[in-house]
Amino acid sequence: MKIQKINSMKNVLVLGLLLTLLSGCGAKQPAELEAGMGIIPPTKPVSEYVKSDIVYPVDAYDPWEGFNRNMYVFNYYFDKYLFLPVVGGYEWIMPDYFEDRISGIFKNFGEIRNFMNNLLQLKGKATAVTTGRFLVNSTIGLLGMYDPASHWGMPRYKEDFGQTLGHYGVGAGPYLVLPVMGPSTLRDTTGLAVDAFVRSEVLDWALDDVDNKSNVRTAIDVMEAIDARHRVGFRYYQSGSPFEYDLVRKLFLEKRKMDIAK
Amino acid sequence: MKKKLQHVLLVCSLLFATVCIGQAASYDYPISDPIEATIISTPKEAMAILPKKIRVKEYLTFDVFPDRDVPEVFWYNEKLRYAVAYQKDKAPVIFMIAGTGAGYDSTKMKMMQKAFFQAGFHVVALSSPTHPNFIVAASSSGMPGDIRSDSEDLYNVMEEMLERSKKKELIGDFYLTGYSLGGTQAAFVAKLDEERKVFNFKKVLMINPALNIYDSAVKLDKMLVDNIPGGMDHFNDFYTKLMANITKSYVHGDFVDLSHGFFYSAYDAILTSPEEGKALIGFSFRISLSNLLFTSDVMTHSGFIVPKNLELTSTDSLTDYGKVASRGCGFSEYVENILYPAFKAKEPGLSLRQFVDRSSLRVIEDYLKKSNKIGLVTNVDDIILADGDVDYFKQVFGSRAKIYPRGGHCGNMAYKDNVAYMTDFFKIK
Repeated sequence: MKIQKINSMKNVLVLGLLLTLLSGCGAKQPAELEAGMGIIPPTKPVSEYVKSDIVYPVDAYDPWEGFNRNMYVFNYYFDKYLFLPVVGGYEWIMPDYFEDRISGIFKNFGEIRNFMNNLLQLKGKATAVTTGRFLVNSTIGLLGMYDPASHWGMPRYKEDFGQTLGHYGVGAGPYLVLPVMGPSTLRDTTGLAVDAFVRSEVLDWALDDVDNKSNVRTAIDVMEAIDARHRVGFRYYQSGSPFEYDLVRKLFLEKRKMDIAK
Repeated sequence: MKKKLQHVLLVCSLLFATVCIGQAASYDYPISDPIEATIISTPKEAMAILPKKIRVKEYLTFDVFPDRDVPEVFWYNEKLRYAVAYQKDKAPVIFMIAGTGAGYDSTKMKMMQKAFFQAGFHVVALSSPTHPNFIVAASSSGMPGDIRSDSEDLYNVMEEMLERSKKKELIGDFYLTGYSLGGTQAAFVAKLDEERKVFNFKKVLMINPALNIYDSAVKLDKMLVDNIPGGMDHFNDFYTKLMANITKSYVHGDFVDLSHGFFYSAYDAILTSPEEGKALIGFSFRISLSNLLFTSDVMTHSGFIVPKNLELTSTDSLTDYGKVASRGCGFSEYVENILYPAFKAKEPGLSLRQFVDRSSLRVIEDYLKKSNKIGLVTNVDDIILADGDVDYFKQVFGSRAKIYPRGGHCGNMAYKDNVAYMTDFFKIK
């Protein structure tokens, strides 16, 4: 049953991807649209009022804007018809208290990623604290269900491989809206793949003598995805702003820049 | 007997003294600068203690105008969204109207919703009529800004919500509130209710309202335009510096995330002069205004930024329209190019000043003076008010005006004393 569900999830995903790719990638730019046949020029046309010699904060390197905007819409529907109903069901069944414990376990598991990337960036203090956190929370904190480490002055130093690449000077590259995962960049997507590979290897090793390994792994993957969405309050198009795509893009890119600088 | 009387007297005088002291007690909202208060609002430790989670149902499918042909580019705003926090037993209902550009789920709205819910009310949270979702889904004209039309739209929506309610037996008396522009609108909605009598609001509280929405909007616009050195074409320099300052504080500080606490502690390092703070407030207003300007332009086919006969799709790039909308003169540009012409077409003799003065609370001064059910909360240093506005409020509302010595524009709304005042206002009959 579970497997079936996941398979259908995959199907929806692949179908969505294909449709999106096939639907053509060009996001029409206002200046082109304005120049169309029979179009009545507005009072303040883009061609005149957007100045080419001025930098606008909203500008971003987004050569795949057409693909990205399509994916942005796709993610809304994926959320609406699959992801959020599943997350909603989970939230309905689970008391808040247990939701938080489950989040804790996955956050604690994520410390392996934090550890690896703090170490790769040679951040001594953060690496040490992360190690301490992981040890304390895995034992006294019961696999991360509780977070005594934070109370004892060991905060969470979030780092991922995208940040590691950025730390060593790799530029963000084109902005990229990933299916399901949402805003990213070419660099961060690469990072995501590396982190996912490491996670998978660790999980493989940890589950070495478990029967039914592939089923257990799938269950963990699904649970982690549900927990991750459960923790993110963001809802596509919820702001109602016609410029939400631009604002989200900007905020995402700025936030990543700051996280890398930290 | 005598001794007993003495005791009673003593207790009474003590009680009286406590009340007096209570009134004279100092107001300890911690931020003295109105710009900082407006930006930071209330530091966590000074906030009223509210429940973390309450019973709220979000409604996402309210089709206000089933026959309306919504442009494809606004497909996600076709239905009006709102949220209701509901009690399980019969309870009074408070309607809340958000401030300029804010949705029903803005931080301030959520804070108020929790406070009123905790105080035992059903709480209905409505987006501002200037929010794109409201403009597309519920504005009869598609161009907000004329406060009487906006209030009618609000009233119609509220009335239909009431009709749609499946649990009418749980609905008690009606109350109304709103902050900022929503506060001003609340007064006009209350006035309308005197004629239409659907709700017969028992009490109405205006929180940090604008006296004249046009004047306040122009003031906010000027805060941006006047404080960008070299003018709006150099806005990017301001923005870059702001981001650099945030990054610097973030990188060298102890905070591991960009939390409210971080911005509070790093405020002086991020905004290094009062001018920058003003520019930031103006910028935030300008984002709301760009949403409004673009949305109204498309909804009314005014042809101001978007060609009037162009049908945008759900995936066309809108970035450049955002650039055009966010520069220029702001609210006055919107009024002069979209809103006012539509009204002037119907009333040729109408001057711009006459038109904008219709959206001033002065228009309903007599009503506000004699309506004891209407109260007002504001701050001496509210940045959207002009000199003399606070005195005007005092004169019109008398003891029904609660004026705090500081708090900027809505900065102290979540402060514990303010929340207590706000909930007591509705709870005490």
